[in-house]
Amino acid sequence: MADVSLYEATIGPEHEPQTEWMDLNMGPHHPSTHGVLRVRLKLDGERVRDAEPDIGYLHTGFEKSFEDKTYAQGITFSDRMDYLAPPINNVGFVSAVEKLIGIEVPPRAQAIRVLMMELARVASHELWLGTTGLDLGVYSGFFYAWRDRDLALDLNEAYSGVRMMTSFTRVGGVAWDLPDGWIDQLQRFVDVMPKRLDDFEAMLTQNPIWRQRLEGVGVLSREDAIEAGVTGPVLRASGVDYDVRKAFPYCGYEQYDFEVPSFKNGDCYDRYRQRIAEMRQSLRILQQAIDTLPDGPYLSSNRKVALPPRSELSKSMESVIHHFRLVSEGFKGPEGDVYAYVESPRGELGFYLVSDGTNKPYRMKVRPPSFCNLQPLRKLVQGVLVADVIAILGSLDFILGDVDR
Amino acid sequence: MAVNEAGTLVERISSRFPQALQESSDFRGDLSVVIDPAQLVEVARFLKHEEGFDYFLYNTAVDWPARDPRFTIVWEVRSLANRTRVRIKTTASMPDPHVPSLTSVWPPANWHERETYDLFGITFDGHPDLRRILMPDTWEGYPLRKDYVSFGEPVIFSDQKLEGLEPDAIRG
Repeated sequence: MADVSLYEATIGPEHEPQTEWMDLNMGPHHPSTHGVLRVRLKLDGERVRDAEPDIGYLHTGFEKSFEDKTYAQGITFSDRMDYLAPPINNVGFVSAVEKLIGIEVPPRAQAIRVLMMELARVASHELWLGTTGLDLGVYSGFFYAWRDRDLALDLNEAYSGVRMMTSFTRVGGVAWDLPDGWIDQLQRFVDVMPKRLDDFEAMLTQNPIWRQRLEGVGVLSREDAIEAGVTGPVLRASGVDYDVRKAFPYCGYEQYDFEVPSFKNGDCYDRYRQRIAEMRQSLRILQQAIDTLPDGPYLSSNRKVALPPRSELSKSMESVIHHFRLVSEGFKGPEGDVYAYVESPRGELGFYLVSDGTNKPYRMKVRPPSFCNLQPLRKLVQGVLVADVIAILGSLDFILGDVDR
Repeated sequence: MAVNEAGTLVERISSRFPQALQESSDFRGDLSVVIDPAQLVEVARFLKHEEGFDYFLYNTAVDWPARDPRFTIVWEVRSLANRTRVRIKTTASMPDPHVPSLTSVWPPANWHERETYDLFGITFDGHPDLRRILMPDTWEGYPLRKDYVSFGEPVIFSDQKLEGLEPDAIRG
């Protein structure tokens, strides 16, 4: 698929219909589109001959809004793009700002970020497992996945006070230290999850119906995957072991011992196994991060960027001034442009930040992994049955908030 | 994260395309090259096929209303094998900003360039399917331009009318 033709609107004359074309709208409101995605299918009987994804129903102009807010205020926007992995978006956003201004993040803050990010990855893949199973008829799996995901959300809540939109990062660190007992709660989660994943695998991995629905469906070869620009688990299931955490470590990922799983076939079944394997690696990272959690400050001591602790405000005039300036107008970044990126559950999430030297981003472009993974949909569904479209849509694991921003 | 062969890649581009390379910079380890739009596609082919930049990251634009040319258009690509990254920039001016499309080199640029066309009004010459992608087809204006006001009601005062200000320029 080295040429552009697969993205073109017309299809060749060899695809004359047996009976007559039928146009079918899948979505924008359809349970399997996980949000508001509209896919215009062109059908010849039960076979899909062409499909055109129509996106933008959730476009809310986040990139424009970033330009109106200071760097600290922007953090709360980042949550709401990929709403199933908010901590990872938080970290991606602040790492762009941190790269721009060149500030060091204390080791404890980095470890807390890793804990929250891996927790989010497990929660996001659990949700994927539940909803994709639901799309394909595994109704009971949904409840097991939801139960396990809730454990992760409980931990989010115990740490940040909210279950989803954590907004826990600050430029130069994190907003709060870990509360008492949180690590014990996380340890219980890390202890119980491998068993729960085993249960899931016992239910699905060798299940003949599950395999029939997924094996050989939506195949993306290694070359096609790179050429199509897909990312994350979809890319790795096609045999490319590219993971930002390993290739360009950030937040101290280089100190954790983990593998980047990858599979060969690039079909829906491999994407399922890929995500299960990734959850196991995330649990491995979580265990190591618990064991090696460093002490020390959780926020940078650079008072020009990070807020002073509350206790200093009654003692130090300088702290009051810094606090006032940071809260009222924020800090300024140097002129320049940077690209920072993290590995979200859906792939490489990038933030391209352009600064003109003021206290707000001049331009903030988000490179959403879901957008990139949705693009080859047209090629993937050509020639398959309508029921397989559901499996393929599910296996790509896109989040419309991330696609449309 | 740093681009190891930053200097040498820039040298290779400039020796191969002496006219095309207008500027290069290395800010915080991010290598950027500004390329003349006339030779953009050739340079992109060179980067993909000879330098191994096989993985497309994103395309976008930056609006600098006070500058001429007004728009900076940015593509960023990565080499999965060499673990390097390069940002390709070019410029376009008003009133009809247009640049060559890189979809013939990196097919995934398709949707990204459509998005830039949608939100900035930049035409990509040679793009196979240049339509709006996020905004409705009937939308007027280009939301990410700096003169597009994101909040507020469209109000035209009489003195602004006298200055000949178009209603579209301040619509909310």
